[in-house]
Amino acid sequence: MLSIGLGHYLTLAAIIFTIGIVGIFLNRKNIIVILMSIELILLAVNINLVSFSIFINDLSGQVFTLFILTVAAAEAAIGLAIIVVYYRNSGTIRVEEIDRLKG
Amino acid sequence: MIAHAIVFYIFSLIAIVSAIMVTVSKNTVNSVFFLILDFISISCLFIMIGAEFLGMIMLIVYVGAVAVLFLFVVMMLNVAQQKNEWFNSSGRSSHIPVGLLVSIIIFFELIIVIGGWKYKPDLLDSIAIEINTDLTNTQSLGNVIYTDYIHLFQLSGMVLLVAMIGAIVLTFRQRSGVKRQSYFKQISRDRKDGIELVDVENNKGVKIDA
Repeated sequence: MLSIGLGHYLTLAAIIFTIGIVGIFLNRKNIIVILMSIELILLAVNINLVSFSIFINDLSGQVFTLFILTVAAAEAAIGLAIIVVYYRNSGTIRVEEIDRLKG
Repeated sequence: MIAHAIVFYIFSLIAIVSAIMVTVSKNTVNSVFFLILDFISISCLFIMIGAEFLGMIMLIVYVGAVAVLFLFVVMMLNVAQQKNEWFNSSGRSSHIPVGLLVSIIIFFELIIVIGGWKYKPDLLDSIAIEINTDLTNTQSLGNVIYTDYIHLFQLSGMVLLVAMIGAIVLTFRQRSGVKRQSYFKQISRDRKDGIELVDVENNKGVKIDA
């Protein structure tokens, strides 16, 4: 309990990942919160990579964390641009009103 | 060791609580604030276990760029009134129990994997780049990024470029009725379009834009 090992970090990452999943599944009002949940999921993956990298003593995990960080930033920029365009065209970003595809 | 554990538990507790607050808080601006808190506490954890460079980069990229971008969009779209209330919304809420069930199953799957996971002993022999404790974290990352991973590094720069162009192209719009500079017209304009010589009669003056 008191010696922090790899399992602690993996558990923390699992909890944050699940919170992100819950945020995506249960959100019905605001699509920006869905994007933030995706950021949370990527953050959990980053925690996994960094903790493995530290505890296995291999640097390549941190390198891949850098790449995930890049992709996360690009994804946030593109996603927010899409949201802005959608809001400009339809005047709403509520999830339950975005049903143009009838899915 | 005990101080390490206490600090870990404090930071991870803050991270988990703020992650929950990101998803449940009613005001979107508040969720962005909690997202910032989450990123900061996770980067403190990174710095604590010895990945200082990534912790600082997390601060710069996430808090400095991504979260500010989120805040900017939230304020620009005026979504503060669009409340984020997903538990007490009426009607058509049959997906909530299913979603909760699926997320709980995902969580337990992750926990089972962590609990039952044992890496093979020859994993430690297959380490690609061993961490050199004589160098700082930033130095050893720099040694690796610009040599072994140079192509991936340049590709990630390419991803950022594509994202930048994509965001600009998506949000660019040409409004009608806005006066703007036209370089082609400016350059191709010659003397006889712009200047007219007029003989002015005495005491009458000139009509402009006639």
